[in-house]
Amino acid sequence: MLAQAGTVATPEVLWWALVPLLILAGAAVLLLTVASLVRRLPEWLPATWTVVAGLAVLVSVVPLWSRVQDEGARSFLAGAVGIDGSTVFVTALLAVAVVATALLSRAYLTREDLPGVELYVLLLLSAAGGVVMASANDLIVLFLGLELLSIAVYVMAALHLRRIQSQEAALKYFVLGAFASAFLLYGIALVYGASGSTGLARIAGYLSTSVLLEDGMLLAGFGLLLVGLGFKVAAVPFHAWAPDVYQGAPTPVVAWMAAGVKAAGFAALLRVFVLTFGSWSGEWQPAVWGLAILTVLGGSVVAVVQTDVKRMLAYSSIAHAGFLLVGVQASSDRGTAAVLAYLGAYTLLACGSFAVVTVVGGAGDDRHGLDAYRGLGARRPWLAGAFAVLLLGQAGVPFTAGFVAKFGVIAAAAEGRSYALAGVAMLAAAVAAFVYLRILVAMYLDDGSDAAEVDPVPWGPRIVLAVSVALVLFLGVLPGPLVDLAKDAVPVLVGG
Amino acid sequence: MEVTVAWYLTLGAVLFTLGAVGLLVRRNPLVMFMCVELMLNAVNLTFVSLGDALGDLSGQVSVFFVLVVAAAEVVVGLGIIVAIMRRRAGATADDLSVLRG
Repeated sequence: MLAQAGTVATPEVLWWALVPLLILAGAAVLLLTVASLVRRLPEWLPATWTVVAGLAVLVSVVPLWSRVQDEGARSFLAGAVGIDGSTVFVTALLAVAVVATALLSRAYLTREDLPGVELYVLLLLSAAGGVVMASANDLIVLFLGLELLSIAVYVMAALHLRRIQSQEAALKYFVLGAFASAFLLYGIALVYGASGSTGLARIAGYLSTSVLLEDGMLLAGFGLLLVGLGFKVAAVPFHAWAPDVYQGAPTPVVAWMAAGVKAAGFAALLRVFVLTFGSWSGEWQPAVWGLAILTVLGGSVVAVVQTDVKRMLAYSSIAHAGFLLVGVQASSDRGTAAVLAYLGAYTLLACGSFAVVTVVGGAGDDRHGLDAYRGLGARRPWLAGAFAVLLLGQAGVPFTAGFVAKFGVIAAAAEGRSYALAGVAMLAAAVAAFVYLRILVAMYLDDGSDAAEVDPVPWGPRIVLAVSVALVLFLGVLPGPLVDLAKDAVPVLVGG
Repeated sequence: MEVTVAWYLTLGAVLFTLGAVGLLVRRNPLVMFMCVELMLNAVNLTFVSLGDALGDLSGQVSVFFVLVVAAAEVVVGLGIIVAIMRRRAGATADDLSVLRG
């Protein structure tokens, strides 16, 4: 015993696979340290630092991608963390969302005259949590990633010190988020009790080889996990927090919630349900089917009666979660690839749309009524034009990335013989189009001579808008690159 | 009568339900936090008893992770409450109703 005490067996760590995570976490910690040591940090530094970190992750992802494609998926740290195509793909999406959010935040914080380091530190940490979720090979690691992601976002939502709405949004998000985490955790405990492990690969192995005589505990675990993750991605009926939080939180933070948090949440849903519980898909597919129908319909229909553009976009993001669930429900490689492609398109659409909302919101961040958009087409033709493209993209009009995304998930549902679901999803897409048309009509057909003046667009949102609009149109005309990447990014489970 | 693992699991389920119902019913943000804690600790009890029943350590290790995360969560939650109470003393969840559609 004593002789062995000197050598502690440590698990293998693939450092190359952790590079994106280390960049994000390291950048956050370094920024926080420097900001607390240096009395007056140049105003441009935190945003630039965050953008550089995001771009560094995007660059570091390229060699990871080719290595994963060549050598196949790997797992390390005693099988607790894995890396596969979906990990790399979702990491890249999170990096894009980080860069966009940082660019928007800088313009926003300057306009609102808010102190600015914390937002960037929390953004980087939150992104690190998302990367952990996308590479989790163990339910407890998944939980840790989710909490790192969520806790940072709770604080980000509260960061506008002078708006009581911001703090109200944070409290609502926090209470419901903690509630959801408890459900998720209870689900993890029950799945652990039924299968004897928290490792995804071992659970998958157990489920595909064993016949359970009493499966009550396992099914309860499935249900609780679905509730917990459903809250995080704002699926109806667990969506109640989303409109209030979107309306109250600072607009750049909402861009991150819509793009980043949703991408990480669906990466987790795919890993847990499609990948790990895949052999029991008959048991959970009906539940996801119901959630998907409620979410596409609920999000689209309730969006119609909103008068606040931020709330409209909140309900539309709920509807998007529904479309993503349609792809999850298929529980096939095609469905998974469609979900990942959808996430790619939605990241661009959400970042771009909330860039417009950030600008139009004006000083005080409260001009979000439909009135503020009246006549925007005449007053700010470029801004209105960009918003029009992004809204048409969200509606899923052909020749935009949104069409490719919606087509992918609906085709996957039809392939899985869920014809009713595919039909309802198409119907909901038509209803949702009405919402986007309302904004378009307000922008182009209403006279806005008495509407509040819109400030000139700062360069941060300008870059976000230019890149997102260009990519939305490019991927709409030539969807090949996105669809091929998503196909190669289908997750694989490797035991440790 | 012998106390088996099922007793602990039942107790965990009861505590979890109490916490969940309490969170939905009570209006004081601090009490709502305590309900979240009750839910998390019910999960901890479930983890420990399942780990014991399976003869597996990872159930007990999980509890440490949950405890740490719960502590971090409470720090953030209390921070948000303090920020709100500074502006409106004695606010309950019903008073927070600026946001609605």
